[in-house]
Amino acid sequence: MNDAMPKWADIVLIPLINLALALFVSGLVVALIGKNPFEALYILVNGSVGSAYGWGYTLFYATNFIFTGLSVAVAFHARLFNIGGEGQAALGGLGVALVALSIDWPHWALALPAAVIGGMIFGALWAAVPAYLQVRRGSHIVITTIMFNYIAAALMVYLLANVLKVPGSASPETARFIEGARLPNAADILPWVGFSRSTPLNVSFLVAVLACIGVYFLIWRTRLGYEIRAFGHSEPAALYAGISPVRITMLAMLISGGLSGLMAINAVMGEAERLVLDPVQGAGFVGIAVALMGRSHPLGVFIAALLFGALYQGGAELTFEMNGMTREMILVIQALVILFTGALDNMVRSPVERMFLSRRRQPEAPLPTTPLQPGGHPDDAKIEP
Amino acid sequence: MDETLAIELRGISKAFGPVQANKDISIQVKRGTIHGIIGENGAGKSTLMSILYGFYRADSGEVFIGGKKTEIPDSQAAIDAGIGMVFQHFKLVENFTVLENVILGAEDGRLLKPSLAKARKLLKKLADDYEMDVDPDAIIEDLGVGQQQRVEILKALYREADILILDEPTGVLTPAEADHLFRILKGLRDEGKTIILITHKLREIMEITDTVSVMRRGEMTATVKTAETSPEQLAELMVGRKVLLRVDKTPATPGAVVLEVENLRVVDDRNVERLRGIDLTIRAGEVLGIAGVSGNGQSELLEILGGYAKGTGVIRVNGQQIDITGSASDARTRRARGIAHVPEDRQREGLIMDYRAWENIGFGYHDDPKFNSGLLMHNSALKTDCVDKMERFDVRPPDPNLAAKNFSGGNQQKIVLAREIERNPDLLLIGQPTRGVDIGAIEFIHQQIVALRDQGKAILLVSVELDEIMALSDRIAVMFDGRIMGERLPSETNQGELGLLMAGITEDAA
Amino acid sequence: MDFLGVIQLLDSSLRLATPLLLACLAGLFSERAGIFDIGLEGKMLASAFFSAAVASYTGSVWIGLMAGIGASLVLAAIHGVASITFRGNQLISGVAINFLASGLTVVIGEAWFSLGGRTPQLEGAARFQEITLPFANAVRDVPYLGPIYADFLSGHSILVYVALALVPITWWVLFRTRFGLRLRAVGENPAAVDTAGVSVVGLRYAAVMICGVLTGIAGAYLATALSAGFVKEMSAGRGFIALAALIFAKWRPWYALGATLLFGLLEALGNRFQSLDLFGIPIPTQFMQALPYILTVVILAGFVGRAIPPRAGGEPYVKER
Repeated sequence: MNDAMPKWADIVLIPLINLALALFVSGLVVALIGKNPFEALYILVNGSVGSAYGWGYTLFYATNFIFTGLSVAVAFHARLFNIGGEGQAALGGLGVALVALSIDWPHWALALPAAVIGGMIFGALWAAVPAYLQVRRGSHIVITTIMFNYIAAALMVYLLANVLKVPGSASPETARFIEGARLPNAADILPWVGFSRSTPLNVSFLVAVLACIGVYFLIWRTRLGYEIRAFGHSEPAALYAGISPVRITMLAMLISGGLSGLMAINAVMGEAERLVLDPVQGAGFVGIAVALMGRSHPLGVFIAALLFGALYQGGAELTFEMNGMTREMILVIQALVILFTGALDNMVRSPVERMFLSRRRQPEAPLPTTPLQPGGHPDDAKIEP
Repeated sequence: MDETLAIELRGISKAFGPVQANKDISIQVKRGTIHGIIGENGAGKSTLMSILYGFYRADSGEVFIGGKKTEIPDSQAAIDAGIGMVFQHFKLVENFTVLENVILGAEDGRLLKPSLAKARKLLKKLADDYEMDVDPDAIIEDLGVGQQQRVEILKALYREADILILDEPTGVLTPAEADHLFRILKGLRDEGKTIILITHKLREIMEITDTVSVMRRGEMTATVKTAETSPEQLAELMVGRKVLLRVDKTPATPGAVVLEVENLRVVDDRNVERLRGIDLTIRAGEVLGIAGVSGNGQSELLEILGGYAKGTGVIRVNGQQIDITGSASDARTRRARGIAHVPEDRQREGLIMDYRAWENIGFGYHDDPKFNSGLLMHNSALKTDCVDKMERFDVRPPDPNLAAKNFSGGNQQKIVLAREIERNPDLLLIGQPTRGVDIGAIEFIHQQIVALRDQGKAILLVSVELDEIMALSDRIAVMFDGRIMGERLPSETNQGELGLLMAGITEDAA
Repeated sequence: MDFLGVIQLLDSSLRLATPLLLACLAGLFSERAGIFDIGLEGKMLASAFFSAAVASYTGSVWIGLMAGIGASLVLAAIHGVASITFRGNQLISGVAINFLASGLTVVIGEAWFSLGGRTPQLEGAARFQEITLPFANAVRDVPYLGPIYADFLSGHSILVYVALALVPITWWVLFRTRFGLRLRAVGENPAAVDTAGVSVVGLRYAAVMICGVLTGIAGAYLATALSAGFVKEMSAGRGFIALAALIFAKWRPWYALGATLLFGLLEALGNRFQSLDLFGIPIPTQFMQALPYILTVVILAGFVGRAIPPRAGGEPYVKER
């Protein structure tokens, strides 16, 4: 019940407490392996937002996570758990690379929209198969999307090692994209900010912001969004209202896969400027944490993605500056964020709710004469595929 | 210490969040009696008894069993104190056998074999003693509800319960089955067991109980000897004011045929035929009531007419045949044909409980051009529409921004009704219009249904409440096991005759 | 392929099926009690790391096994707290546990051994050795039956036989004991168990902990019997494949044996035929590597039919009102 506490507590206070808990436990892990957690935190913060260089990377990572976070969030609204962002983004990379390599693009402004379409279509198609198997064959979408991640990884190795690599070269990657298919980076667009020329931050960030706005309209303003949310809340009610579960599952997964695929314009077109092995680097999985923390709302996803962007950049600095620290520390923090915001949410929520309830005993809404729905909060149900 | 009291509750209070379900309730139940507890939906009867059974914990108050103060923190403690409970929604493991369900939690040792053998013997004896014949090896989901209820009673008796609580036990029974149940209960009482019967049906209270307690809005308003009271007095105690138990209506003036159904069949996903060839006709300006014990195909009838079950047969609306098998058969196309539907379960189907009232007011009609421009929804149009409907249907509180789950049952039903009626349909399907609805709202809803009929709409009313069917219908069809057993005029029939039909007994057989 | 080739293939199928079987039975206990567990993968991985790390420190594989089980139990307890006590989303909890294991094994591994996430190579008593069944050498020359006994059934580590023995034990516990009856009931209708006076929470924790022990053995087997040490991400999706096998097996112990043997055979085939010509067309190695995952999808989509999972599966128990 949202009514037990004010809205700000629900969307700001509780995620913050969850995050603090996750960071605290991460600090314990750092201390446990014999490092100073405060020093680690300092390096992390300084490395991510302490310089224009740091910001360049932080926002670059955040761009990836906005796309994958939105991807998971859209599926959540339809009560689908898409763990396949990793594979969908990899395939999106294939789509983007094919677009970039197929034509002599005169200017990036033409290449970008085409690459957006290419990335989305390939990502969407990779999500379409598990979605179709769920609606037609009853396969569990969680397991099939995970399997599709493994299959995508093998497929990409095969394509890069045998089909797409530059003839004569040993490295499994495509040729570098031509000038007209490279995205301008932040140093070109905003020279006065002081981003270095090597910063990977590029115009894709703006595409990501547009995607946030687009998803907001999709979910809360369009008829499709109305139907997606209705289906996510109650499948029997959707049937009663003439909303087809097959159609909604397919569309939600196509959109979700498309958003994951979009990530590739940032990673493939914006940074590497060629298709390399595993351009996704776990960003598909980070999307789960981002969507959970952002409560599946585009604004929340945007903020959570910034946070994880900082975490990734700061984490990278950490491995440089702290001996014996590995990148996987980020994975630990990510896992703890998912755990506290996603699975242990009630642990924080119940005491906070009780606190607010005892503060104002007088309920604003009139007493219902029939009982309300049992325990938990609506978000619990929303994300049960 | 009073030895003649089986149960005494003192000052029991229980709140669920902001809802006070029980307020300072005290009650005494004499040993060897049948004690009725009556009250409207949501009056707190089930909560009180669930506390006694250890299913919920009271916030405050004391429980005395056999004159001794007893703590009941969980159901095990209640069972140890000799209490058994038959819940309204049975607590049975559907794919276990009867025997397994009976011993669950009351096994004799770590291994099942000896427990099962012992239970089989005891079950046989209990079944003989109380004429409750149940096959111990049957799987629960293959049994009818009446049989399942017996398993629940046997479970309690197997645990040697002295006090048996039954929560709305007749809701799922035919009148004949209910009579049989009452015979069993009287037999148990005569043996010295104490029975507590929770119900909202005045007739049952008058028929079987020795004493009756009345609850209203979480409070105990009175406890009286059944012989010294009347249904009218109890009704007034339940509601707190005089109630109109009859619906005023003029005779129907049926017009052209709106709905024709021929040989309609539905097979469910477990391959059980739920509708076995239904034929019916409804004309404009009349109410066809479908009576029957729940689970005899009424839900499937509503679902296929409403567009979300598939089947075979013919459905014609205003003379035009409707596709009921193809891919184009869904609730959307039904609405386009002028069929509106107030579903049986408004919380699961009729409303999205987390949607605000204004979002719900367009639910199912959200692709109406009034509410969207193809791509975007017109949220402001929905809100205006919602404010308007809330006023005309007296929805309280009239706040379009409140989520559906925060309205009372009656007001939720008014939102659904407002949405469906206001579309000016040719045919209105209504399932259980007053289930979980307070008496004040019942009157309003009944009046709306009659008014709609008088405007010349065809109405299909499905209800398990015979009183409601009798009061509202112009013709009554009785369903049993997926078939229509017969059609009667309300003026020319009575509850006894309908009850026989509900049990599947026709004149020819009788 | 000759007869001995077939025997070798079967032998390696059994080896590869063992961790799947253990994880599948682990999932069976958990899901029969109504708790979905996609964290099998993570628990296996954590156990693999800790068993290898501790075995390499102490030189004793048995202490390593205990450590592995311990690590798996800790993660199982987290899953229990999240999904039983705080009624959180079981899928999300499982995902978190998988990431936690992926991260922690490497972070701690690097801190302890500085080998890029690996543990040192295990040797001697720090590894489970192969056991030769009685008379294996004596009967080897008996045609057909001899090699089947000596080369297929004999010569596995003790954990393989433990896994096989667990199949009838699981069946017996589930269908012949009071605990099994209650466990199955709590996965079908927890309210029935609650009103019968039995603790839903207690039963579900018991199931989740049994699941932790079995996945712990599975993980230890990976690192100390199948391989000789821990390698980053060595569980390689086996936890998920075990779940697919569980669905394929319709949550039944004997079927689980069949399903995991099938998946073991598929993996063995993939290993044996790294490069394969099919009617003159070379099959890429990547395809053979992806084969278990592809077949998992195919089997889930095509051959499961109508599997009915435990009805209360995935739903936290809230007393209805």
